Amino acid sequence: MKTIKDINAIKEQMQAKLIARDTANTETETRILVGMATCGIAAGAKPVFDTLMDEIAKRGLKNVRVTRTGCIGMCKLEPIVEVIVPNEPKVTYIKVDSNVAKRIVAEHIVNGNIVKENIVGE
Amino acid sequence: MFRSQVLVCGGTGCTSNHSRELIVEFENKIKEYNLDKDVQVVRTGCFGLCAVGPVVIVYPEGAFYCHVQVDDVKEIVEEHLIKGRLVGRLLYKESEITNVTALSDTNFIKKQTRIALKNCGVINPEEIDEYIAYDGYQALIKVLTTMKPQDVIDVIKESGLRGRGGGGFPTGMKWQFAANSINDTKYVCVNADEGDPGAFMDRSILEGDPHSLLEAMIIAGYAIGSHQGYIYIRAEYPIAVKRLGVAIAQAKEYGLLGKNILDCGFDFDVEIRLGAGAFVCGEETALMTSIEGHRGEPRPRPPFPAVKGLFGKPTLLNNVETYANIAQIILNGADWFKNIGTEKSKGTKVFALGGKITNTGLVEIPMGTTLREVVEDIGGGIPNGKKFKAAQTGGPSGGCIPASLIDIPIDYDNLISIGSMMGSGGLIVMDEDTCMVDIAKFFLEFTVDESCGKCTPCRIGNKRLLELLEKITSGNGELKDLDEMEELCHYIKENSLCGLGQTAPNPVLSTMRYFRDEYISHIVDKKCPAGVCRKLVKYVITDKCVGCSLCSRKCPANAISGKLKEKFMIDTTKCIKCGVCYENCKFGAIVKE
Repeated sequence: MKTIKDINAIKEQMQAKLIARDTANTETETRILVGMATCGIAAGAKPVFDTLMDEIAKRGLKNVRVTRTGCIGMCKLEPIVEVIVPNEPKVTYIKVDSNVAKRIVAEHIVNGNIVKENIVGE
Repeated sequence: MFRSQVLVCGGTGCTSNHSRELIVEFENKIKEYNLDKDVQVVRTGCFGLCAVGPVVIVYPEGAFYCHVQVDDVKEIVEEHLIKGRLVGRLLYKESEITNVTALSDTNFIKKQTRIALKNCGVINPEEIDEYIAYDGYQALIKVLTTMKPQDVIDVIKESGLRGRGGGGFPTGMKWQFAANSINDTKYVCVNADEGDPGAFMDRSILEGDPHSLLEAMIIAGYAIGSHQGYIYIRAEYPIAVKRLGVAIAQAKEYGLLGKNILDCGFDFDVEIRLGAGAFVCGEETALMTSIEGHRGEPRPRPPFPAVKGLFGKPTLLNNVETYANIAQIILNGADWFKNIGTEKSKGTKVFALGGKITNTGLVEIPMGTTLREVVEDIGGGIPNGKKFKAAQTGGPSGGCIPASLIDIPIDYDNLISIGSMMGSGGLIVMDEDTCMVDIAKFFLEFTVDESCGKCTPCRIGNKRLLELLEKITSGNGELKDLDEMEELCHYIKENSLCGLGQTAPNPVLSTMRYFRDEYISHIVDKKCPAGVCRKLVKYVITDKCVGCSLCSRKCPANAISGKLKEKFMIDTTKCIKCGVCYENCKFGAIVKE
């Protein structure tokens, strides 16, 4: 038999797993686009995508959606990750790896500080 | 941790469109590509867009794929799941111009407010943990730990929730009556005997979110002081019955049903009772008689079930959709619920959209939404450029809303005032090709068939009424028949024992009220304006005929003759009016008169 505490524990645990399905509010959500065309995948977009998903689940961030997208057009700069925070200009990161992905979530998504080292054109 | 989740609709509509095979194929292909640790396949309840089924949603993108066939699975896996490229040709097309990717961006969803259907198409209904993740059983925890039974009833009363089964009786008052009856044993019952032709709201809730019903039943049990619940569901809903069974077993395992629920000292158990599909068993007294093991026949009220119901004990009986609102009201408060809807009808209503409409399916709208919004925006309009003629609400107990009233806000009182009723939520849209006399006949045939026969007005009155309708549709009607029908309708309504008979003449009355001219043309001109009533239709070959002889070869009665390359003729004495010639003519040379 479960107690109220157990039910609440299940809720928290499951919510993290189901975070991907949370597309409730398309106008206020932050979107993270990962370029996952052939070029992106070959350059290692898959682990980046996985890391982003993991980090968001770990922190229980709501209203953030990670989306795969096709070729963004700068294949030699892949893996490319674009972050779109509502009412802010889009930020494009290049040559992202797992470590950078972690920083993007921790610094940009959570704290609002752009990870300068990896933005395009710098 | 799964990166992607593939949600496949497992509602009855999509299941009959082979969604089960889709799930198997997805699982096979995903394994083949070693994605089984990354991608989870989930079978959900109804998404609501049954017309484009089987439907598949792939998260995190929320890409909404329609009409997915087994052969398409390989492409979705290879393109979308591996390469991250959406399969454009399968995406839901809201119009010819815009390709909408996510379901949440479509007009179909945007205009809806989902409370009862909150979890349908979102969670895996056979997985209690997913329900818990979406605030499941939190309302129960709140009730058991912080509220007294009377507090619960007060919140429901305050919310203004009314019975979603059709009548619209205030739910809180019903609970109060049941709570006030003093007895050692009381029962909480669910009416899941959804019998209206074209209605599948309750089925979809049961299939998509069975735990929401169980949670509400436990709360109701706590509020009125009952420890046993019964769900009366028709045996024709095998998927719903199965999922309810799974849900009950899981809830028992978690200690959410049984003795000492959540260690809070409250006991409650639930059992399923299967109905054999009689429409009258949706009437509350007949339903309880059937649960007791007797023949499903109604009895006069009072005593009302809240005083003397199942097994002679006080019983609370609500419809599935009513219960589906309870947990949300408890969690979000009566004020939240009160802010949705109109002055006297609060909250939302689920409708099963059917008939001549583009988006056949399931929609949940705030009370007060106009019929025009439902038909044109959510429903996507009438197919083939036809004109909207009327909508039927309330099934065989309701009436029609003509095109002139399309801007009426839908709520309980407005529908009653125009001679229809909310009913359980079937909404059948009709276009200009529909004959209203024929529609009245269709619904009356249904009620005549389903009348239990216990009382005379319903058993014989409806039969006589049907005979008069048949007389009219076969071309033998007289004008005095209309007055007789009207008189008979009122007798049946006033004297029948239960709701079935009391409402059976409604379709006839409301079509006579709004489409009297159609009755007149059947009777006086012996013509069916919509060309539906077979005996009144005459097929004629016009001068457009090029003499290809196709119609004469297709005619099953050999009623068409003529010389090649000359105009053919129909022998009206032989014609059986099957319409095969009309459907087959490539030159549009055959017309109905």
